[in-house]
Amino acid sequence: MLQQLFFAIVAIAAFSYAFRQFMTIRRNILLGKEEEISGDEGQRWKNVMLIAFGQKKMFKRWIPATFHLFIYVAFLFTQIELIEILIDGFFGTHRFFADKIGILYPIMLNTIEILSVLALIGTFVFLARRNLLKIPRFHKSEMTWWPKLDANLILIGELVLLAGIFSMNGADAVLQKLDPEHFHDTGFVLFSGTFGPLLLGGLSEGVLIIIERFGWWLHILTVFAFLNYLPSSKHLHIMLAFPNTWYARLQPAGEMNNMPEIMDEVKSMMGLLPEGDAPAMEEELPEFGANDVFSLSWKNIMDAYTCTECGRCTSECPANITGKKLSPRKVMMDVRDRAEEIGNNLDSGHFKWIQEDLRNEAHALTKANYDDGKTLFDYISNEELHACTTCNACVEACPVMINPLDIILQLRRYEILTQSAGPADLVPMFTSIENGGSAWQIPDDRDKWAVDAMSKD
Amino acid sequence: MSNKELKIPRMADMAAAGQEPEILFWVGCAGSFDARAQKVTLAFCKILNEVGIEFAILGNEESCTGDPARRAGNEFVFQMAALQNIETLKMYNVKKIVATCPHCFNVLKNEYPKLGGNYEVLHHTQLLEELIGSGRLKIEGGGSLNGKKITYHDSCYLGRANGEYEAPRSVLEALNSDLTEMVRSKERGLCCGAGGAQMWKEDEPGDKRINTERTDEALTTGAEVIASNCPFCLTMLSDGVKAAEKQETVMVYDLAELIVDNNGL
Ligand code: SF4
Ligand code: SF4
Repeated sequence: MLQQLFFAIVAIAAFSYAFRQFMTIRRNILLGKEEEISGDEGQRWKNVMLIAFGQKKMFKRWIPATFHLFIYVAFLFTQIELIEILIDGFFGTHRFFADKIGILYPIMLNTIEILSVLALIGTFVFLARRNLLKIPRFHKSEMTWWPKLDANLILIGELVLLAGIFSMNGADAVLQKLDPEHFHDTGFVLFSGTFGPLLLGGLSEGVLIIIERFGWWLHILTVFAFLNYLPSSKHLHIMLAFPNTWYARLQPAGEMNNMPEIMDEVKSMMGLLPEGDAPAMEEELPEFGANDVFSLSWKNIMDAYTCTECGRCTSECPANITGKKLSPRKVMMDVRDRAEEIGNNLDSGHFKWIQEDLRNEAHALTKANYDDGKTLFDYISNEELHACTTCNACVEACPVMINPLDIILQLRRYEILTQSAGPADLVPMFTSIENGGSAWQIPDDRDKWAVDAMSKD
Repeated sequence: MSNKELKIPRMADMAAAGQEPEILFWVGCAGSFDARAQKVTLAFCKILNEVGIEFAILGNEESCTGDPARRAGNEFVFQMAALQNIETLKMYNVKKIVATCPHCFNVLKNEYPKLGGNYEVLHHTQLLEELIGSGRLKIEGGGSLNGKKITYHDSCYLGRANGEYEAPRSVLEALNSDLTEMVRSKERGLCCGAGGAQMWKEDEPGDKRINTERTDEALTTGAEVIASNCPFCLTMLSDGVKAAEKQETVMVYDLAELIVDNNGL
């Protein structure tokens, strides 16, 4: 009874705190601009099934992909056991499904155990790979102490979880012989059925029950901790990978988003719009492109929260490979950090974050009157933006369909269109396209090559 | 074929004579003005003449597609150039376009539709594949490329941007060359460093130029010929070969040039 009560309190606390954190993330994602993303559901389902569920893009590097798959599939299957743990926890039962689903039960347990052993191997490989092998993408400058610790914490958490499962199952296997009344027969389970009796056989029933309970609580408490840790971790991808692949853009990678405001303006300048269709002049100078999470699309921010910081993008980026400051992973991490910063300030409700000229009339701090004097340009430098060749290698490399290039291009648009800044080198190109119709200032006729060629022998 | 026999009609002249070509050849800024790229433009015209495709160019009525301006962030300049081009194309009732530059190809194919310009757009390597496949363009056996070790550089805008990896490779296969892939090829192909308006600006500070990185990779395959499909890659890789002082032994060519060379056009 006491255990049940304690369980109920912990579970409800864990779920409600996690729920609050997830709502905060949702709010932060929606700090971005509205963008309608829909259509072609067939292709979207395919992306979710193949790329999120099926991990298709991971398999471009099959060694890490295989170990990652072990951990991932083990994680998926353990969810079934988790349901049982929740039922047992709330209702004080023991292995609720054991006498209800027949042969399926030992099949389930065996599957989970085999996968868990594979996951255990995977976890050790990943810990070694992160900490012992010198894999460049894990040691770039944006991988400061926190991203490194974050990655290790999760792997250690995984080990604790597995320790919980095996001590629970191992002790249970022995207890089934001692007290079949309470400890239902689960059928033969490969690892715990072999190593349980071998290592724990001969211990008294009391000690065994303590080990079994310890494993059970360790497992579920680690899960609760994990759930509440996710929102501040790169491991959020285990949830967001699914919606993120669903909402991923489906146009050809080479297509840049159109800017209808500017198109209409230019059309009306050129007299291409029917009379009366001219765009209404705005009183304030409009802002073009993006300089902060407020002017990016919500999808860009979801991308940032989905990023696993794996660095596959950065390790394929030609600018980064040749020592430029640009790193597409850093762009994603910066957007997330900035969204978190704004979110935390909004949560504080402090009036000092209200735009100065509105501070007197405003009743509360909102996303609309927010101003902390900073923008994304305080995180991402112009030098980084200018190094991008728009090659799409980062987009292609990302296993969860994140698009760093889209963000880079919107920031470039802001720089040129709103700030009238940008690399001075480019100005002659702009003027020569605008005035001469060519990307270089050349006085010749455009078909001089043809005239010359046809007049030669 | 002597150059005197070359036929490179202008759209305006054809229209005046009441004719409409099968296809418009979009030459692009590099293809029109860059000395190296002009050779590719000519080579492609020779092939079109050889197979008897009725084509035309816009000449002075063609303007930059606006690609470098748009990618640099200057949407105004892009829209002005693009809308002007769309008006011109509308005037001549153009339905089908072929481009020797993958940047022009990408913008015409993927970005002009949102501005009101809809065409069937081909990259020249796609047209070449089609012509070879249908037998209209015969590749002579025992040509200069026969059995030669060659490597192929995927341009970002034909490759990743538009998913076309096979057409150029099947042209190379038809040429009977010994294609040796670089480690990073197809989806993983490394950029030459010119895209996104980099061609018009100094590099940002770094350890190495991107084109040297890419050329070094091409050179390690031991190929005598580096094949490309883009005028900008052509410049970047040729510069890279020069920087490595290999210009005597390693050549950088566009696929159209390889065909002209092979068939002795
Ligand atoms: S698109 Fe830009 S950021 Fe992405 S890989 Fe290419 S150069 Fe790097
Ligand atoms: S953007 Fe994608 S590829 Fe890059 S670090 Fe994040 S998850 Fe990895």
